[in-house]
Amino acid sequence: MSTQQVFADALLATEPVCPPGLRTWNDSAPEKRFAVYRNNVIVGLIDALADSFPVTQELVGEQFFRAMAREFVRAQPPRSPVLALYGDGFAEFIEGFPPAAGLPYLADLTRLELMRVQAWHAADAEPLSANRLGRLLADADALPEARFTLHPSLRILRSRHAVVSLWTAHQSESAALALAQFDPAIAETALLRREGLEVEITAIAEGTAVFIELLQRGAAFGLAAEQAMSVDSRFELAATLGMLIRGGVLASVTFPRSTAS
Amino acid sequence: MNADPNRLRSIGGAIRTKPRSLPNRAGVGLKPEHFREILLTAPDLGFFEIHAENYMVDGGPFHHFLTRIRERYPLSIHGVGLSIGGEGPLDEAHLDRLALLLDRYEPESFSEHLAWSSHGGAFLNDLLPAPYHAATLARVCEHIDRVQDRLKRRMLLENPATYVEFAASTMTEPDFICEVVRRSGCGLLLDVNNAHIACVNHHHNPHDYIRALPLDEVVQIHLAGFAEDVDAAGAPLLIDSHGSPVAEAVWELYCYTLDWVGPTPTLIERDNDIPAFPVLLAEARHAERILERLIPIVPKAATA
Repeated sequence: MSTQQVFADALLATEPVCPPGLRTWNDSAPEKRFAVYRNNVIVGLIDALADSFPVTQELVGEQFFRAMAREFVRAQPPRSPVLALYGDGFAEFIEGFPPAAGLPYLADLTRLELMRVQAWHAADAEPLSANRLGRLLADADALPEARFTLHPSLRILRSRHAVVSLWTAHQSESAALALAQFDPAIAETALLRREGLEVEITAIAEGTAVFIELLQRGAAFGLAAEQAMSVDSRFELAATLGMLIRGGVLASVTFPRSTAS
Repeated sequence: MNADPNRLRSIGGAIRTKPRSLPNRAGVGLKPEHFREILLTAPDLGFFEIHAENYMVDGGPFHHFLTRIRERYPLSIHGVGLSIGGEGPLDEAHLDRLALLLDRYEPESFSEHLAWSSHGGAFLNDLLPAPYHAATLARVCEHIDRVQDRLKRRMLLENPATYVEFAASTMTEPDFICEVVRRSGCGLLLDVNNAHIACVNHHHNPHDYIRALPLDEVVQIHLAGFAEDVDAAGAPLLIDSHGSPVAEAVWELYCYTLDWVGPTPTLIERDNDIPAFPVLLAEARHAERILERLIPIVPKAATA
């Protein structure tokens, strides 16, 4: 085994071990010195998770969070030096972490926070101009065939729990009060989008979710609206479209050649 | 590629001409906590430095603010994840990300560490030590060659803060660094705090250590704070925490170093327990007062 493999294994080991071949000027036991590296690695990665998952930490408390994160860091260290996006797999880890079983909504909240970080750092895109949009919406023949590209920050999370209400409650000082006003067992679907420099998280109806997902996958506007209506009779196209336009979500539009004639 | 209208305006309006190297002034590490204040107050500073990896994302607020700050200040990009001392080959995907970032911001300086941080595909998020012997020397030089070739520029290599030494080492750290600089042609980013830490932790004389480095190739200096601990025998063990002001002993070693290298761009680093921006600015001012006292004996050649 290579020297660095032995060193790396010792850094992530649960028990405080020390690789061979280390030297100290005063012949003191190198374990204490090697422990600085062990601590830097583990604490640095736990801190990175704490930065990205503040509500997850608030829900379980700092001590519990750091103990849980420590196990995740050892089991799944980052695969890339880009730590801003570290945390893929943390939600799945939490689902299988028995001490967290008492909070069935915790993993989805973690998923939401990962998506929030991804949305925060997603590529920029200019929204369609008001002029272009105005002409588009006035053309009742062409509009159903339009294919929109949506803002790269846009994400949707379906949960069996009230993740949006939970997350929102934890954005204010009076989280406990706000928490008392809803039932965490009620299913919610979250829409995440970056507007300006902030990521907005809102609860959306199933029809809206289906509509946005179809547009994201490149479906024609008319088809997406029909599908949304068929799964959710309360789907309101005008209101949804208004929300997407105000949020700067519609980034570009194309019309497939086959419908041009 | 960059369609930001502000950027075009800055080129036409000569807000920033493009120097080929950092000015011989003090700079500070750029932290998101300070983005808005910097744009609002336009502090008089020599440059800002960023950690490359923090900006290896597609878009959003980090690029928004860095683009605007870069228009107004010289920039140093400092990598912490390339693992130049690693046993395996360099991560080409990471080099590609670096190339993209350097194309986007055209920094006056690019630097990385004499350390390793990745192994077997896992990123360990620390600057880890390697033994100083022929095999490490060959590997480090090969990696620096690849970096300079891929990025089409000279890079600076930073001396490490270490807590252990290796029985397998056959060279001192300064001798190793001299040889790397000579063979690869890279510059030296002399981290004076790291030098102080290395000398305390391994019981070397700091003045001897500094004088043994390739001082003609020092292109930038780093200053930071450390934390204090003790080893198993109760001897002082300093930890490179970047979480406190620059210590008096490090300011003294900085003055000693400047006597040998002349005026050199100097960064105040702070990555933990980040204070209000004026606190960092005051440390940068202190460094500039020391720099201004110097009478350059030999003007430094432009190096970039």
